Amino acid sequence: MSLKIINKPDLMPFVSSMMGEFQVIGPVENDIGFKFSPLTDASQVRLDYNTTVIPPRKALLPTQETLFSFRSDLHSVTPAFDMKWRVLLGVHTCDLHAMCMLDEAFARGQPDTHYMKRRATTTIVSMECLDPCDENSFCKSMNTLTATSGFDLHLIGLGDFYAVDVGTTAGEALLANHAKSHEATRAEVALLDKTMSTKWAKFPVRLHLDGKDLPALMGISYKSPLWEEVGKRCFGCGSCNIVCPTCYCFDVRDEVSLDGKAGERYRIWDSCQLDEFARIGSGENFRKTHAQRLRHRFMRKGKYIAEAFPGQQGCVGCGRCARACLVDITPIGVWNSLHKDHA
Amino acid sequence: MSIPAIESIYVPTLAWIAKVETMTATEKFYTVELPHGQSLGHKPGQFVQISICGIGEAPISISSSPSRSNGKFEMCVRKVGDVTIALHKMGEGAQIGVRGPYGRGFPVEQFEGRDILVAAGGLSLAPVRSVINQIFDNRKKYGRFIILYGAKNPGELLFPQEREEWKKRGDVEYLETVDKGAPDWTGNVGVITTLFPKITVNPRNTVAITEGPPIMYRFVLIELLGKGIPEDQIWVSLERRMKCGVGKCGHCQLDHFYCCQHGPSFNYAEIKGVMEAL
Repeated sequence: MSLKIINKPDLMPFVSSMMGEFQVIGPVENDIGFKFSPLTDASQVRLDYNTTVIPPRKALLPTQETLFSFRSDLHSVTPAFDMKWRVLLGVHTCDLHAMCMLDEAFARGQPDTHYMKRRATTTIVSMECLDPCDENSFCKSMNTLTATSGFDLHLIGLGDFYAVDVGTTAGEALLANHAKSHEATRAEVALLDKTMSTKWAKFPVRLHLDGKDLPALMGISYKSPLWEEVGKRCFGCGSCNIVCPTCYCFDVRDEVSLDGKAGERYRIWDSCQLDEFARIGSGENFRKTHAQRLRHRFMRKGKYIAEAFPGQQGCVGCGRCARACLVDITPIGVWNSLHKDHA
Repeated sequence: MSIPAIESIYVPTLAWIAKVETMTATEKFYTVELPHGQSLGHKPGQFVQISICGIGEAPISISSSPSRSNGKFEMCVRKVGDVTIALHKMGEGAQIGVRGPYGRGFPVEQFEGRDILVAAGGLSLAPVRSVINQIFDNRKKYGRFIILYGAKNPGELLFPQEREEWKKRGDVEYLETVDKGAPDWTGNVGVITTLFPKITVNPRNTVAITEGPPIMYRFVLIELLGKGIPEDQIWVSLERRMKCGVGKCGHCQLDHFYCCQHGPSFNYAEIKGVMEAL
């Protein structure tokens, strides 16, 4: 819509003011790095964070979420919806692209009302990365280095001020109601252009092919011996799924009160790398080996999602799975290796 | 800004067990009644998610045909997991939750005018029965009708009364077999593929529907293709772990297909060569 400016000293008052109306979830520092957490004080927010261990998708799809409660004695079932209005602050563009994919996945077909409700009450303030986070990220190859939509507001830190791209009317209202801002001057726009232009060269290209060509590569890689090779190393721990911004598979479980009369059904994050993920009641397991499960995961990331949701990506190049893997199975390694085999 | 009132897609409709019949040592047959006489509105080959609050939810095939619904539906349930074991302990009048119907059924309208060959193994006769009765109730719309059914042993053969009727009907060729006989068994012994030499089909005009345990497909497909039935005239139904039923949870994913959405009924031409399918 238009470019606004918030001077850096006005950021904390902006966050504080939003906290009066919303739950504000942003990056805060903890003992192992950074995590997205509801802020209790505006000063906690660290917009200079490099990355988080767990992606901000947990704000839209909580690790565990009650779907409904029930009373067996009353023959009643009551759905549970999260009614909080929240602002998700400081989302990097890789994660923003992932959220756009999640939006599509949960809206498609029969819309997932629990996700949709939470999404509708969430305002996203995203954040431009001006430096690469570490050697595991490959956002440039996945074309997630920036974003032109999907956010309500988008911040770009430029010296003494933030340039603010207004994406939606919700973002416009957030800015108008809570921030002291002004229209960008010609000099401020010039600084933005210069910074963005310098930024591009700073980010390395780590995949040997463009992310858009991954579906084609994966399509000819079903029978690659690589799956057996990496399958031998994989512990099947599921860490890669848990830290992935585009993973959204879940299990559904029941919990009952001690008297057995009341309880709830909830969903909880699940992992396609775990042995029982594709096992049916009779005991048949349709992906028995680590190799099959790894191939499935990489197919989802590189092919299935991109094909199911045109314009979306199953991998956004954030590098979290590579950081979390105990045996150094990385998307850069896997995809470059497959690419080399077919080159 | 306000958010309109919305319903949860995961909340089941509360329904009642109207009738329970013991079918075999491990299978019971249920008639389920929906509230207010409402109809399930399903297609043959679809499934429902059955809930027992506090235990969980399980995908169960619908065994009754749409042509015989009248506010009730039927399902044949094998005791294999938490939900089905709990269900086996429940009697008439007990409350259960129902979500659905879900998935793609068999497009029986497209089969009109064709000869129909059904090959079912074991418990799979239950879901296939939804197609069989739909065809019987619209018998004039179809050509020849052949049903092949195999089970491990005579004690596991389902729907004894209906099978007796099929044997007597003049408008269906019904053949059955068991892998292993019993002292009082006088019928065919051998796996289901041993029935194929006994039938003739005009492959050009035949639609085949086959459903059974995973191992069965490989061998039955060889027979069907061997009879010259084109790949796109063969339909299968695949069993996968369906947790949500609405294409979100990921458990039933098979290559790029979500079995609960794109299936469970698949045209063989669609899934031929898909590594994890058959």
